[in-house]
Amino acid sequence: MAEKSQPSANYSTWPVILALTIVSAPLVLMYVYLFIDTITDTAVGSLIPESFTLRHWRFLWETPAGKPNIWLVTLNTLIFATSVTTVIVLVSSMAGYVLSRLNVPGRGFFLAGVMVLHAFPSVTLIIAIFIVLQMIGLYNSLIGVILVKAAIDLPLGIWLMKGFYDTVPWEIEMAGVVDGASRFRVWRSLVLPQVRPGIMAVGLFSFLTAWSEFILPQVLAPGSKVQVLSVYLSALIADDNNFDFGTFKAVGVFYIIPVLIVYALFHKYLMNIYGGGSKG
Amino acid sequence: MRILLDNFSKSFGATKVIENMTLEVGHGEMLALLGPSGCGKSTTLFAICGIHRPTGGRILFGDRDVTDLPSQARNIGVVFQSYALYPHMTVAENIGFPLKVKGMATADIRKEVDRISGLVHIGNLLGRRPAELSGGQQQRVALARALVRKPDVLLLDEPLANLDAKLRLEMRSEIRRIQRETGITAILVTHDQVEAMSMCDRIAIMKEGEIVQIATPAEMYSDPRTAFVAGFLGNPPITFLRGVMANGVFSIPDSEIRVPLPASVAAAEGAKLMLGVRPEHFTPTGDIAVPGKVMFAETQGRENLYDVRLNGGPLLRSIQPVRHDVNIDDAVTWAIDSRNVLVFDDDGRRL
Repeated sequence: MAEKSQPSANYSTWPVILALTIVSAPLVLMYVYLFIDTITDTAVGSLIPESFTLRHWRFLWETPAGKPNIWLVTLNTLIFATSVTTVIVLVSSMAGYVLSRLNVPGRGFFLAGVMVLHAFPSVTLIIAIFIVLQMIGLYNSLIGVILVKAAIDLPLGIWLMKGFYDTVPWEIEMAGVVDGASRFRVWRSLVLPQVRPGIMAVGLFSFLTAWSEFILPQVLAPGSKVQVLSVYLSALIADDNNFDFGTFKAVGVFYIIPVLIVYALFHKYLMNIYGGGSKG
Repeated sequence: MRILLDNFSKSFGATKVIENMTLEVGHGEMLALLGPSGCGKSTTLFAICGIHRPTGGRILFGDRDVTDLPSQARNIGVVFQSYALYPHMTVAENIGFPLKVKGMATADIRKEVDRISGLVHIGNLLGRRPAELSGGQQQRVALARALVRKPDVLLLDEPLANLDAKLRLEMRSEIRRIQRETGITAILVTHDQVEAMSMCDRIAIMKEGEIVQIATPAEMYSDPRTAFVAGFLGNPPITFLRGVMANGVFSIPDSEIRVPLPASVAAAEGAKLMLGVRPEHFTPTGDIAVPGKVMFAETQGRENLYDVRLNGGPLLRSIQPVRHDVNIDDAVTWAIDSRNVLVFDDDGRRL
C-alpha cells in the first residue's frame, strides 16, 4: 500500500531520477516563485526579487472595502467542505452497502443511473439548479450549495463504497447474523470497520474537491456573507480597479495550504481510492 | 437437542435444489452431510441456520418450530469454511461478540470467554487479532465463538477444508472431542468421506438434493445401498466390474472371469450386473483367482496400491502390505474375495 519500494539492484536509479527532476523542475519552480512573489517586491520584467515585504499578506488582518473578511470566507469554505464531506460519507456508506448487499428492486437500473449522473458535467445543470434553488429559497445560502455539491459528487462516492463493500466476505455477515446481531448492527459493528479505508478515501476525496470547487459557489452562492475562498480569489482577479497580482498570489498560497496539509497527512488513504477493500 | 427436517424443500427461482427431504438428528449426535459439490448439503445447512428460507416443509429444534424464525432467534453456532472471524476485533472480542449482542455484562462475558477458550485450548491467544493466528488457531477461535452462547445445535460447514493435511488430522479429533465434551448436537457438511467417517456418529450421503442413505460409518462402508455410496466411501475407492448373470454366476463376456455370487443375491439369468470389489478384497489370498497385468504401482509407506488390468480389459485395484517383488508390467494372478463383493444392478441399486 504505502510502503516504499526498494530500489532495484539491477540498474542504477540516478538517470531516472535525473530525468524526472528535469521534467518536474518547471512545476517546482513555478510554485517556488508563487511563494516568493507573495513576500517580495520585484521590478517589472525582472526575475530577481528586490525587497522583502508583507504587504501582499495584508488581507489577513485588514478587510479591504467592498470585500468580505478573509476569515469569514475561510470559515465558509471550511463549513462548505466539511458539510459536503459529511453528507457524502454518510449517504454513500449506507447507499453503497444497500446496493452491494440487499436485494433492492431495480438495483441494476439504479446503479446504471447513478453512473450516468456521475458522467454528467455539472455545468450543464447549473441553470436548472439555479432556478430550483431560487424557487425553494436556498439561493445565496451555504445549505443550498452544500446540497448541490454533495448531490453531484454522491454518485462517485456511492460507486466507490459499493466497490469496497463488494470485497467484504459474505461469511462475516452470516456469522454476525447467526451470532444474534440485527442486520443494522452487523453493518455498523462488523461490516463498516472492514471498509474504513474506503470511507477515509471517499471522505478525503470529497473534502479536497469541495475545497477547490468554484463554479457552483460562484453561481449559486456569490453573496459576500456566504462566499468561499475560490469565489473570493476570482473576485480579486476580476477587480480591475484594484488590480494586485501579489495579493492574488498570496491568497492563492493561503488557499492551497490546507490542501497540502491534508494531503501530506492522509495521502496514503487517498491512494486506496481505487484499491477497493481491506485486508484484515 | 433433536433436529428434525420435515419434508424440507428449497428452490432458488426455478432451480429445485432440495425436494421433500426428511432428516432427523438425535440429541447429542454428530451427523455428517456428505456429498459431491452441488448436491445441496450446504443449502441444507444454511436452511437450518436460517440464512436460506425453506420453500416448503418445516424445521424443528426439539419441539420448537423454527421454520419462520430468523437466524438471530434460532440459537445456533456456525463454523464457516473461511472461519469468518471479525478481522478488526481481538480473539476475545470475537468470541465474546454473541454474548455482547445479547447484552450480557462485561464481567460475565469475560468469564464465559475464559471458560470456552480453555475448552478449545486458546487461552493464551485472547489478545491477538485473527490475522496474527495460524489456520488451526483461527479454526479454534471460530469454534469457540460458535459454542460460547451454548447453542442448541452446532453447524460446521467444511471446517477443515482450508487446513493443511497435518492440522486437519489434529482438528478432526479436536472437533470431535469438543463436541463430545459439550454434548452438543452437531451437523458437519463435508465432501471428504474420511472426515465424515472419522468424526461422525452417522453419515447422510446426499446426491442431487436427495439423501441416498443414512447409516453409521461402518454400516455404510460394508453395506452401501447404491453403487454411488459404495464409490463415495473408501480410499482408495472401490472398483466396479461390469458383466452379466450367466449360468448362475457373474461373468464378464469375452473373458474367463466367473465369480459366484453370495446366496442372498437374487439376479435373473442374463441380467446386467455391476460387481464392486474394494481394494482390500482383491489380494493374493482371495478365492477367485484372476490373472492380469500390473498397470500402476504406488507405495504409501505401509501399504502398496496396485492397478491391475485383467485379461479382457476391466481394471481392479488392490491394496496390500508393502512388498517389493511386484513391478509395473508384471503379470500377476491375484484373487477376488467373493464373500465380500458388492453386487449392483445396472442402475446402481444394490442387490
